[in-house]
Amino acid sequence: MTSMFGEPIARVEDDRLLRGEGAYLDDLGHDALAAAFVRSPHAHAVIRDIDVSGALDAAGLVAIYTHEDLPGRVGEPLPLLIPHPALTHGRTGYPLAAAEVNHVGEPVVMVVATDRYLAEDAAERIVVDYDPLPAVVGVDAARAAEHLVHPDVPGNVAAHLVQANGDAAAAVAAAPHRLELDLYIERSASTPLEGRGVLARWDTESRRLRIWTSTQTSTGVRAAVAAKLGLALADVDVITPDVGGGFGVKIVHPWPEEVLVPWAAMTLGRPVKFTEDRSEHFVASAHERGQRHQVRVGFDDDGRILGLDVTFWHDNGAYIPYGVIVPIITSTQLLGPYKPGAYRVEFSSLYTNTVIVTPYRGAGRPQGAFVMERTMDAIAAELDLDRTLVRERNFIQPGEMPYDHGLIFQDGRPLIYDSGDYPAALARLKGLIGWDEFEAVRRAARAEGRRVGIGLACYVEGTGVGPYEGAHVVVETSGKVRVATGLTSQGQGHQTVFAQIAADELGVPITDVEVVTGDTRAFGYAVGTFASRAAVMSGSAVALAARAARAKAIRVAAAALEASPDDMEIVDGVVRVKGDPGSGIALGTVAVLSNPLRYAFDEAARAATQFVGGDLSTPPVAEGDEPGIEGREYFSPVRSTFASGMHAAIVETDPDTAEVKVLRYCVVHDCGTLINPRIVEGQIHGGVAQGVGGALYEKMAYDETGQLQNASFMDFLMPYVSEVPERIEIDHLETPSPLNPLGIKGAGEAGVIPGSAVIAAAIEDAEGFPITSMPISPSDLFELRRRHAASGETANASQTASVNRAG
Amino acid sequence: MRITATVNGTTHQADDVWPGESLLFVLRERMGLPGSKNACEQGECGSCTVYLDGVPVCACLVAAGQADGRQIVTVEGLAAGGALHPVQQAFIDAGAVQCGFCTPGLLVAAHDLLARDPSPSEADVREALAGNLCRCTGYEKILDAVRLAAARLAAGPGGDGA
Ligand code: FES
Ligand code: FES
Repeated sequence: MTSMFGEPIARVEDDRLLRGEGAYLDDLGHDALAAAFVRSPHAHAVIRDIDVSGALDAAGLVAIYTHEDLPGRVGEPLPLLIPHPALTHGRTGYPLAAAEVNHVGEPVVMVVATDRYLAEDAAERIVVDYDPLPAVVGVDAARAAEHLVHPDVPGNVAAHLVQANGDAAAAVAAAPHRLELDLYIERSASTPLEGRGVLARWDTESRRLRIWTSTQTSTGVRAAVAAKLGLALADVDVITPDVGGGFGVKIVHPWPEEVLVPWAAMTLGRPVKFTEDRSEHFVASAHERGQRHQVRVGFDDDGRILGLDVTFWHDNGAYIPYGVIVPIITSTQLLGPYKPGAYRVEFSSLYTNTVIVTPYRGAGRPQGAFVMERTMDAIAAELDLDRTLVRERNFIQPGEMPYDHGLIFQDGRPLIYDSGDYPAALARLKGLIGWDEFEAVRRAARAEGRRVGIGLACYVEGTGVGPYEGAHVVVETSGKVRVATGLTSQGQGHQTVFAQIAADELGVPITDVEVVTGDTRAFGYAVGTFASRAAVMSGSAVALAARAARAKAIRVAAAALEASPDDMEIVDGVVRVKGDPGSGIALGTVAVLSNPLRYAFDEAARAATQFVGGDLSTPPVAEGDEPGIEGREYFSPVRSTFASGMHAAIVETDPDTAEVKVLRYCVVHDCGTLINPRIVEGQIHGGVAQGVGGALYEKMAYDETGQLQNASFMDFLMPYVSEVPERIEIDHLETPSPLNPLGIKGAGEAGVIPGSAVIAAAIEDAEGFPITSMPISPSDLFELRRRHAASGETANASQTASVNRAG
Repeated sequence: MRITATVNGTTHQADDVWPGESLLFVLRERMGLPGSKNACEQGECGSCTVYLDGVPVCACLVAAGQADGRQIVTVEGLAAGGALHPVQQAFIDAGAVQCGFCTPGLLVAAHDLLARDPSPSEADVREALAGNLCRCTGYEKILDAVRLAAARLAAGPGGDGA
């Protein structure tokens, strides 16, 4: 039997999905009542009155709920999921707005009717009277604080945090060269094709609640909803059906609807379902990325950074249920593969009257990479050095691993890189894209009247954050292996990779392995799928649990065969003496033998019943032993493992229309040992598409009153097949992680991280003036050209970037 | 109103249909065919693509009344007698599925392209898929899948048009 680990095998999930037999949230519960919401049309307003009388005779209406109808904890503000000492002014929204609304889309009234059309019709007849208040929109308005989002939060500041390693200000001041940069990234959003959704059934007889929700954490939803509804955890099941993408937005929990729908199902004694529509998803879920950064950097003649001092402002939206995870990640992961002499970072997380901000794939890292890599390019331009050389000189070297940055990471643990080989990765990337030959390409293009540029960007990504995941592996008497882990899947192919791991560890064909994820009935202890942690955390737990099951199977089979366990192996589902195919017992039979029986339910079970034999002087189940061939193990690493990578792109900018075309996109990627290269590639492709989308197309266009102007797929420009690079060229480097049994690192987010940085660098190289704000549309670029032409700086392809030289 | 349509070769009937309901809603909620997906209800994502009298349409933009008496094929109808259509098989072999939410619509679009033109050019493939959004895959492996299906269909007998 060949090893499955490391093979690009086809996914076990696909057959079903390709037949249209996927079961996503809205494919379930056809008998359920439908919920719809009246949402705030104002960014900031006081609710004066809610008049539901016009809706009471609406066809199909079952119930209308406002804040006042919600009892006890159900109506109270949603939890602040991740408290932090720096988060001094944490505010969260109510499931249904109490007295005030703080963003367009905030839920105000819940309507339950016999179907969604009727629920929406009834919702339209409800009249809410608002007193509008001035809206705070965008980082700059939040900082100016002429108006406050929450009257009791001075300066709109939710959190303020400073971290430092060394005296960066002094190092900058003493450095021979200094630069200052102002760098901005706009809001974007995860935007999975399937929005949020939740279905709940209250079993009036067993008094148990069953919830299906399109979530990244079923155990999180379960705990939060049980607490809200005053139910014992054991009386709540949360099941994750097929999920149509997450990318971060579905890690937040409980969403208002995840509290309200189960509560309504209990109250009404009937199943209730909510399926978010696309326009709701834009204004009522979550965004990310919006940050303004000020960089002060001091460096020597070789371009080595002596001091780096970064201050940034993070737009967290109207509420902050997910805490300060995103800006903490920016502030720590900004460092990438580099080791500045001294580093200081300070951020303020600010309220605005816009939808909440929670992690979107990359989670603050794209901003960090943008800041660091723009800084590297500025240093190279200032010193007239090759951009790769400046990076090389600032790299942490492989021999310096593990490398301690002297900071605290998002998991509350020290920021220590475990492994990585950045010089090797850069060498590969330069080879892949032809860095050293690019001047010839540029000249040839110029001779044809075309304008091209090249850029690169590096990142390091802390993946596999704790605290833990677990797995349960059971060998059934049929020989089939059931694997359960608590974290959820949103299309990453977890069932395939976990089956690969279990099949290899146990020595069974992968077709005999079945994997369940995200179902609290199958596994109740879990954290969730985020931070590129699934393969590292649950993958490791599955390996450990499978090893435990394997050891047990070998022990039981060895006893039956009167052989030494050390001489046994499992091959193709048969436990046998090493090298002796004739000696074996099928794994399913071993499972039968492991469970002493009184009753025979079939032929196979007869072999394990009490009159069949065995050692009569010992208990049927030895002390400390258990019936069955099972393994249940948890994996809890001491800290995150750090994946890394580098991207390079060649772009062409149209001299007339300012359109940007990505001609080549190259990726060198190191996520440690690969479990399934094809799945990893798919993750990179999807991430790069989101990175390019974030660099060139995607931005949330709020007007100054807090209305989102592009809340549809018609206006929010997510890449179609026509907008992605023709081919993404990938090279893998594998530096195994020492922090887990499989040597793996996360791969889910990597592709997106350097997107804005690398595209900005390539455009800057093509145009010859600094690019400091992303995304960049053709009209943005056109405007920049006009301004630079007006200020006397011609857009000359060979000219290097100019930034403010600090005095 | 009553809607009667032939869906995937079988006559389906739905009563008490409000004529303004979308065909997508009728298929999913009234005919027990949830394979076609709803990701925008605006004709922008292509997740709801079905054949209507042999022409791919966004089912979210077709009013139920317009579907009365017509021939419809959905993703559920692509696999003939249990065996996956070569386009579906190619999606597996190329690794073109991640979350699968866009997949039903992309399959119909790709199926239609290859039914019209068994050996499409690169530009034709991109053009044919240009109305379908996928947030997971970055499209590269979907393009690979369509090329693979085209090559296989060219090499031997396979599925036919819907
Ligand atoms: S749901 Fe029909 S095009 Fe998006
Ligand atoms: S596979 Fe998820 S949207 Fe395409």
